[in-house]
Amino acid sequence: MKRRVFITLKPGVLDPQGKAIHHALEGLGFSGVNDVRAGKLIELDLADGTSDAEIEDMCRKLLANTVIENFRIESMETA
Amino acid sequence: MRSAVIVFPGSNCDRDLAVALEQVTGRKPAMVWHRESELPEGIDFIGVPGGFSYGDYLRSGAMAARSPIMRAVKDAADRGVPVIGICNGFQVLTEAGLLPGALMRNARLSFVCKPVPLRVENSQSLFTSQYDAGEAITFPVAHHDGNYQADRETLDRLEGEGRVAFRYLENINGSSRDIAGILNDSGNVLGLMPHPERVVEPAHGGTDGRRLFEGLLETVA
Repeated sequence: MKRRVFITLKPGVLDPQGKAIHHALEGLGFSGVNDVRAGKLIELDLADGTSDAEIEDMCRKLLANTVIENFRIESMETA
Repeated sequence: MRSAVIVFPGSNCDRDLAVALEQVTGRKPAMVWHRESELPEGIDFIGVPGGFSYGDYLRSGAMAARSPIMRAVKDAADRGVPVIGICNGFQVLTEAGLLPGALMRNARLSFVCKPVPLRVENSQSLFTSQYDAGEAITFPVAHHDGNYQADRETLDRLEGEGRVAFRYLENINGSSRDIAGILNDSGNVLGLMPHPERVVEPAHGGTDGRRLFEGLLETVA
């Protein structure tokens, strides 16, 4: 089974990379971009039956730094 | 004083720290590889050096913080053994939960590499007893992820308990409240982004870092 873990900075945490991307978009002439936040996507290929609790544990112990980051787990469609 | 320097793949200030420690203590530190699960017997000081452990993969210090030796470092810190984390070592200690907060990408995104003036905020700690409170000193920095962040409650607690050891006189990386170095709640763990081990002899262009190690030697030995 495959799962995607999205890791994003918590609201209120300054995101210098998002800011730089925002400025670059404006520099290219794209108007109407209100804000940009950059994050990470991690794809996990897991043994069938791995519990949600276990995946959350992986997120808390390593994949995300919960001092500054939130995480969200999504199921991936298998083709 | 018997010291140990932890070495991760990608550490690059381990030798600088070892040379500084040997100069000040007169004893060669034990260099301990990250795969070890125990520290040598009788270690009474541990240094976690700067560098780019694991290529900064995932987050700076994240992988190193989960390596086998860090469990032993944590146990030693819990027993009161002094631990210093410099630069990447500071990032490793926050990721390992030995120090609060996190070190994020510098606010202006650039790698900052230069000598920076600092203020010694707490001169009562194991590491800072040879400095005067409020004294201005200069240590070099060389980092990309030195922007210290924590929630307001944590920052207030650090300030209230005198756990801000060093502050930047000029904020170079966006750190909350100009914080350059902090102590844990028992005062035996120090993390800082600037490099005291790079200013221990006149040939380095400064000797302000030497007193940090001399102070340690005096308290520990």
